[in-house]
Amino acid sequence: MIAEHVAFGIIAAVMVASALRVVTTRDIMHAALYLVIVLAGVAALFLLVGAEFTGITQVLIYIGAVIVLFLFGIMLTRSDFDQDTEPDHKRKFPAVLTALLLLAVMIGALVDRFEGIKLDANLPDGLTPQTTAQVSDELFSQYIVPFEAVSVLLLAALIGAIVIARREEGG
Amino acid sequence: MTAATVMSGLLAVEVPYWATAIIKMGVIALVIPTAALVLGYVFLMKIMSFMQSRLGPMEAGPYGSLQLLADGLKFLQKEDIFPEKADRTVFALAPLVVLVSTFLIYVVIPTGPDAVVAQLDVGIFYALAVSSLSVVGILMAGWASANKYALIGGLRAAGQLIAYELPLVLAVMGVVIQAGTLDLQKIVTAQATGEIFGWGGIGNPYILTQFVGFFIFLVAVQAELTQPPFDMPVAESEIVGGYQVEYTGFRFLFFFMGEFGTAFAFAALAAVMFLGGWALPWGDLEHWAFNIVGPVILLVKVMAVAALIFWFRFTYPRLREDQLQRLAWKFLIPLSLLNIVVTGVFKVIL
Repeated sequence: MIAEHVAFGIIAAVMVASALRVVTTRDIMHAALYLVIVLAGVAALFLLVGAEFTGITQVLIYIGAVIVLFLFGIMLTRSDFDQDTEPDHKRKFPAVLTALLLLAVMIGALVDRFEGIKLDANLPDGLTPQTTAQVSDELFSQYIVPFEAVSVLLLAALIGAIVIARREEGG
Repeated sequence: MTAATVMSGLLAVEVPYWATAIIKMGVIALVIPTAALVLGYVFLMKIMSFMQSRLGPMEAGPYGSLQLLADGLKFLQKEDIFPEKADRTVFALAPLVVLVSTFLIYVVIPTGPDAVVAQLDVGIFYALAVSSLSVVGILMAGWASANKYALIGGLRAAGQLIAYELPLVLAVMGVVIQAGTLDLQKIVTAQATGEIFGWGGIGNPYILTQFVGFFIFLVAVQAELTQPPFDMPVAESEIVGGYQVEYTGFRFLFFFMGEFGTAFAFAALAAVMFLGGWALPWGDLEHWAFNIVGPVILLVKVMAVAALIFWFRFTYPRLREDQLQRLAWKFLIPLSLLNIVVTGVFKVIL
């Protein structure tokens, strides 16, 4: 397992460094690009634990779609090359508060679930990493209700976005 | 038997894991420029010229076959120019991102029963995911050039690639439903051992049942490659060269290799999914000889698909931006959804 430990260490270090750069860099384009590295690191971690399907989905959705939308938005709204736009700090207090709250919730959830549990590094006998077929079987039988709920939620968000965009266009 | 054991069998030595990995990467690193050269010479220089009643390059080598090598050498000598206001790091990295995206697609393309770099359970899904990485490179190039034409080109490219990503993925779904797997290797065997109404004389190449998917896939590939008739992101007569406008020398060469390397990779994916890949419907699929014949069979099929792709390129005039979006959202996506439903129904009935 030592190779995996080394790989995890390297990936995690790169991710943490990039994540810090996301929030410290002054160039919003660079922030988005550092975010690409962080998200690619997440995908790499998924691959490292054998979750192929999740890892590839991470690449397709987050890097292929979400980040592209970010970049698209930045390019549409900030095409002033000469101007050094300084980020403002007007909403510093609520931002810090939100970040701290999120951190507290995440730490709480992780400690609550995994405190004192040590996962076995080797898979128990007879258990293999999940294949895509197994993932889809479970998704469409055991988890069909949450799956459909998420689909409807996404559809509602989609329609909502279109409605809002069209209303502004009409003036 | 895996590719590693074949290799160690041929060399009669035990090849360690890292060495096979390096050899495999070297093979891909050689395949991409070769593929770009072959497609560039055969189609862009020769077939296009013949279609336009001219000869094309004739001087460098027999029938001008060394023209692209000469052009490549020329690119390498050129000065590596950075625009004054360019974002230097991002500008320099952008062509590499595009090339890496191309490189990663080749990893899963099977060329024989054992001759594949990595046989992944998620196969085609992986290929489509990594191919979408090139958009990031194109947007980086468009932004970092600090040029209005590059910026417009980058924006157009992003809008186009997002719109055509969907039909591309949905077109593949029909094949995946029919084969019952995402694994490209298993899709090949499913076609070679398949039967049409109980007759297995020619296997069951999915182009026969998934011709709608094949058509949508080819149109979407055309848009993904930003080739005419979907070349608004690089349209010379409108925005000079789009996101490529500031690039010179070997960085421009990277974009060129990325474009034709990706064209080859997509043609290979189409050949694997719709034309039966490296296999023939006769003979023992596990036979070792397929590792040597397979790549040749695949190459023939790839050239056939590439001929179609480039035929479109040389024939149709450029679309307008709104026509492009309308084609994707109002025609290709509904059609591919319909294709999925019909395929699903047949899969359950038969």
